Amino acid sequence: MKYRNLLLSIVLPLIFLPSPSFAMHISEGILPISWALVWFAGSIPFLALGLRTLARRSAQDLSSKPLVGMLAAVVFVISCMPIPMPTGTCSHPCGTGLAAVVLGPTLGVVVAAVALLIQALFLSHGGLTTWGANLFAMGVVGSFAGYAGFRMTRFCGAGPVVAAFAAGVLADWGTYTATAMILAAGIKGASPFWPLFGKITLAFVPTQLPLGILEGTITAGMVSLLRNKRPDLLARTALAVTEGSRS
Amino acid sequence: MKYRVSTVALGLLFLLAGAACAVEKWQGVDESVVERIAGEQGRHSRDPLIPIEGDVQLFAFLMAGTVGGFAAGYYWRVLMEGKKRPPK
Repeated sequence: MKYRNLLLSIVLPLIFLPSPSFAMHISEGILPISWALVWFAGSIPFLALGLRTLARRSAQDLSSKPLVGMLAAVVFVISCMPIPMPTGTCSHPCGTGLAAVVLGPTLGVVVAAVALLIQALFLSHGGLTTWGANLFAMGVVGSFAGYAGFRMTRFCGAGPVVAAFAAGVLADWGTYTATAMILAAGIKGASPFWPLFGKITLAFVPTQLPLGILEGTITAGMVSLLRNKRPDLLARTALAVTEGSRS
Repeated sequence: MKYRVSTVALGLLFLLAGAACAVEKWQGVDESVVERIAGEQGRHSRDPLIPIEGDVQLFAFLMAGTVGGFAAGYYWRVLMEGKKRPPK
């Protein structure tokens, strides 16, 4: 009952206050081209690794394709979904924590890459020159932070649903910390890096603190649902790696 | 009943807190943080390759959500029930 009330208290404002707003991604032209190239170069190896994992896993396990397809669609939809926060701003969850837990971090990069490309091309959300930077923040840092959070929480003895919650929270907060870092490095000019990084991070905090918790809840719910409905599907996932030693 | 009242009260609290704190209502963090701070540093965003705005952008997001939701639902069903083949 308490959980239902908590959920309703979060959902009610979302239902009654729908308002168009878009969030997070670094827009076209914000970063100098040199920095945009640096983040492209930083992201491409992870993307290549993810594509190789996808090809290998598809050859080994036929059920991996619909699982990747479903999670790619989920990541795309929830990263298009601006959620109003009590602070009066909007932002969106990333979904890469969920992808990292269920598919592994390198496939998390692939699904983030697809979502960000479609958003940059057809939704005026993000940008093509900043695609590498956004991919690094949301795909690489989001996925690996979520995966590391999941593994560490499991290592400490927590259950998979609690660990999935931690993965969602860390993926979200990691993404926005990386965005702050990328932005500060790219736009600082002659200013010192750390004060600007701190300023951007602090500006994200009021929105991302509650949103990260919401993303953790979504991730935990989705992992719990998949475990209950088709535990066999998760046989090759991060979840299975930890289940082997502890469930 | 008590729980329902507390739920509505909590929801309204979120709602009113948001409305009270909003400088410009429900601005995205791309505008309220990324573009604002970039602007202060002398960097401004450019038009995207395919610039869409206003209601067209709303429509694009709606379509994206619809197609993405359909794809997620389709794959969910495939995962849960498998592909059903017609009997030969």
